[in-house]
Parts: sequence; C-alpha cells; structure tokens
Amino acid sequence: MPEKKILTKNCGKIDPGDVSTYEAEGGFKALEKTLRISPEEVIAEVKASGLRGRGGAGFPCGAKWELARKSKGDEKVLICNADEGEVGTFKDRYLLQHDPFSLMEGMAIAGYAIGAGKGYIYLRSEYHYLLEGLQKAIDQSKEKGYLKDLEIEIREGAGAYICGEESALMNSIEGKRGESRFRPPFPPESGLFEKPTIINNVETLVNVPHIIQNGSEWYGAMGTDESKGTKLFCVSGDVARPGVYEMELGCDLKELVMDLAGAKEIKMIQVGGSTGGIIPSDMLSTPLAYETILGSGAVMVFDQTRDVVDFTYRTMEFLNEESCGKCTPCREGTEVMVGVLGRLVNGEGVDGDMEVLEELSDTMKLSALCGLGQTAPVPVLDTLKYFRKDYENRISQSVFLRSLKTVNG
Amino acid sequence: MERDQLLGMIKEEQAKNGSVSDGAMAHIAQTLHLPIGNVYGVTTFYSFLSTRPLGRHVIHICKSVPCFLQNGAMMAAAIEKELGISPGETTSDGRFSFELTNCIGACDQAPAMLVDDEVYGDLTPEKIGEILKSFE
Repeated sequence: MPEKKILTKNCGKIDPGDVSTYEAEGGFKALEKTLRISPEEVIAEVKASGLRGRGGAGFPCGAKWELARKSKGDEKVLICNADEGEVGTFKDRYLLQHDPFSLMEGMAIAGYAIGAGKGYIYLRSEYHYLLEGLQKAIDQSKEKGYLKDLEIEIREGAGAYICGEESALMNSIEGKRGESRFRPPFPPESGLFEKPTIINNVETLVNVPHIIQNGSEWYGAMGTDESKGTKLFCVSGDVARPGVYEMELGCDLKELVMDLAGAKEIKMIQVGGSTGGIIPSDMLSTPLAYETILGSGAVMVFDQTRDVVDFTYRTMEFLNEESCGKCTPCREGTEVMVGVLGRLVNGEGVDGDMEVLEELSDTMKLSALCGLGQTAPVPVLDTLKYFRKDYENRISQSVFLRSLKTVNG
Repeated sequence: MERDQLLGMIKEEQAKNGSVSDGAMAHIAQTLHLPIGNVYGVTTFYSFLSTRPLGRHVIHICKSVPCFLQNGAMMAAAIEKELGISPGETTSDGRFSFELTNCIGACDQAPAMLVDDEVYGDLTPEKIGEILKSFE
C-alpha cells in the first residue's frame, strides 16, 4: 500500500501564507456545501463516515458532536487541541506549517455543526514559531468571510505534556494549573467555563472538509471496519527517512517503517507515543488501526543495538516529570516505577523487581484519574511481555555485581 | 480582567523580563483579584515559566526518546562544554540559560533544540557551536 495523500494533499503545494492558493485547490468548498445543509445533516455525515479522534484516544467524532449539539446551553465552545506533546508526534505541526487553512475550514464546519460561536486553538508553547502563521490564516479566512459565525482565538500553553489531555487543557485555558478533572461531567455536557465543549485534535478537524466534500461513503471505503480514512504517521528513531507519512488505516507497520522510512535490523517499535504499545520485530506485520495499535500515530523505531530497560526507564522518567500530580496512583506510581527501573539500569536490581512493576501497573491502570496514569504502565508491561529476558539479565547482572563487591569489600 | 487571562499575563511578564519575580506575581494577583498562591501555583506548574532569573537566551535541548536515539545526550554535553554550565544554570555573563526539555515535536529533525522560540534540528556538536555564536 503506497502513501495516500488526502489530508496532506495541499502540503508543499499551496502557500500557507496566502488563502487564495488554498481556494484555488478547492478550499472552503466543503464549508459552502455545509452551510447549505442543516447542522444535524453535517453531524449525520460525520457519524456515517466513521471518523474517530486522531489525538490518540479514538473517540467517534460524530457521536461526540451530537452530544454537544443536543446539550442544553446557549453558548457552546469548540477547542482545537494543538498541544501535540506526545513523544514522537509531529503530524499536527506538519499540517499547521503547510496547510493551516484546512484547519480553519474544519473548525468552521465543526462550529456550525455543534452550534459554537467561540473557538479556541490551544497551541503548545514549543510551537510558538507557528503562532504568527496560524494567526495570519485566521485573519485571512475571516477577511474572506469564512469565519463569520466562529470567532477563533489562539491560546498558548507554557510547557506541559498533560495539557494535551482535554480536561487539563480546559483548566489551562481557564487560567488554572493544568491538572486533569474528574469526570463526569464530560466536556460535551460541561466543559470550558462549564459550557458544552467539543475538543478535537488538529488532524481530526482536517479530516472533516474531505468527508463533507466527498461524502461519508467515499470516506468509509478507506480503512478497516473500525478505522476509517487515512492517518498521518510520524516515523522517528532508527530509520533512514524520518518524517510524516499519510497512509490508509489498516496499513502494514512493516511497509511503513522498512519500505518507506528505511528501517533496518529492527528490535522493536513503539506505536502511539510515550504510553504507546510495543511491537517486537517478529510482529512487524501488524496492521495500524484502532483495533490493533495506533495512538497518536507516533512510530518510534529501535534497532538491535538498543537497550530495552534503558528505554523503559527514560520513558517512565518522562511520564513521572509530566504527571500533573493530582491523583496518587499516577503521581506516586510513576515515581516508584522510576525508582525500580532506575535500580535496574544502574545494576542495583533485586529479585522481585519485575513483580513489583507488574503489580503497580495493575493498580495504576485501574485507579489513575486520566489517560496519563492509566496508560503509563503500557510500555513497562509490553516490554516485560516481549523482552522479559532483558529484565532478567539486568537483575542477574545486579546480583553478580553485588557479589563482586562482597568479595572485594 | 478575568482569570482566564492569567497564563497569558504570566507569559507576557516572562517574555518582557525573562522570569516571573515575586513582585510580578503579587502584581498579577492584585490585578486579577486572585490569591497570590494561585498565581504562584500556575507559574510553577509549567516548565517554560521560571521564577528564577534566566539568561537573555534560553536553550531547551530535547531529551526525549527520539532525540536520545539520535545522540541527544551528546548534544547536551556539547552545550555544557561550549558554555561551561550544566542544565538548569545560566552563564555568568547572562547570555544563555540551558535547560533540558521533553519532546518538542521535532523528532523528524532529531536531535533538536529550541533557542528562545526557534527550532534547530539535525544537530551536531559543531553545528551547535555555530548556532550559539549567532546569539548576542
């Protein structure tokens, strides 16, 4: 399956600083079509397309919109999540850099469908260099009359991974610490400033004009049963050609990393970001889809020279730093995991370390407040499953090192 | 002024004065009629905000996995050698502060760093020397 450029068809072709080049490629035609039908019909079309959230969680987009549409409340809010903090993910940056107008069109359609008059783009501060271009895209789209019913404001983060989590993101916009909220209530019912709110990832919103323009049937013909359309994959790590690749969902992981990105002698691949699952080299033919493994679309490749325990330690250190600290299972759980993994990395492991990691993983999965804590154990459990020998070696090496110390000491 | 202006105000203060002092926090708290603890809480939550004075330019070098796989640690060491400071420190002439940061979304150009708001990718120790020279 070769690359299939739908979301990225304009990238490199249009001038991201000039709206008329976007119009020349058929831009805003989907918005015109949208305004001729009812919001309910727009939602029905998006529902029928099978579009699911592209930020990582994969919630059905149309169903979410419907909840917000039906929600009581005079003012509804649309938020575009451009916080892209997931490790190894840079697809939204690519879209914002090369085709910000597609996002404007997607937001205008989404705003119309749910009945939102106010829209926010929450941009991570690491992407501050995109702010000017994005503001220009808003201004130009507005000048041309495409954002008549939706006022879009950019809000910047200040360096916090957790703010990509939707409830933390809303707290951040409200001027609070970016900590996750208890749910319910869910955002479509009560979100930003307690108003019905829809939060969609950049890539999700960029899908919308294509669905409206070409119809849900056309869209639904791409992908698998539960994963429709195309997806942007961000390939990084031990590959010859890192970058963004757009493929039909259900495509072959092996083809993506080996044929397209030029990976060789693979040991394992982490798919979906820091809390993504691990695919060992003998399972490379796994299809990339919501049914199997997908997440944010980050694909990090590790070759045979890489150390699994080092990787897990580094990943857990990241999650521990970025845990917002609100709930105990995540705040303390990631702390203890860093301690145990750090012991193993430093040759100070003890018998029972693997069991401690497994038990703690179960607790965190069950009891953490949000996705960060619930999925933080995934890379630990997956590496324990596929590379248990590497952990066992670390422990036996630790025991050996200690025995030397005893002899010498 | 509403509370949702808080983060923007703190960011503006940092952009203007390089950090967020106790006095600035108190002033923002007064303007928004908030307890100063709330302002401090937000300021210290985010890794790109600082309550201690920073240099004129802030280097954020990425330490996350994709950059690490492309010798990110070697780049951090190159900066330490070039500037004579460790992560979390500022040069004595106040020219640079140097911080380690988590993924900056430039994994296709790993190893990468931000200097102030600009991203620099495909780094080598030599390239780092050249880049740093261009900052006053």
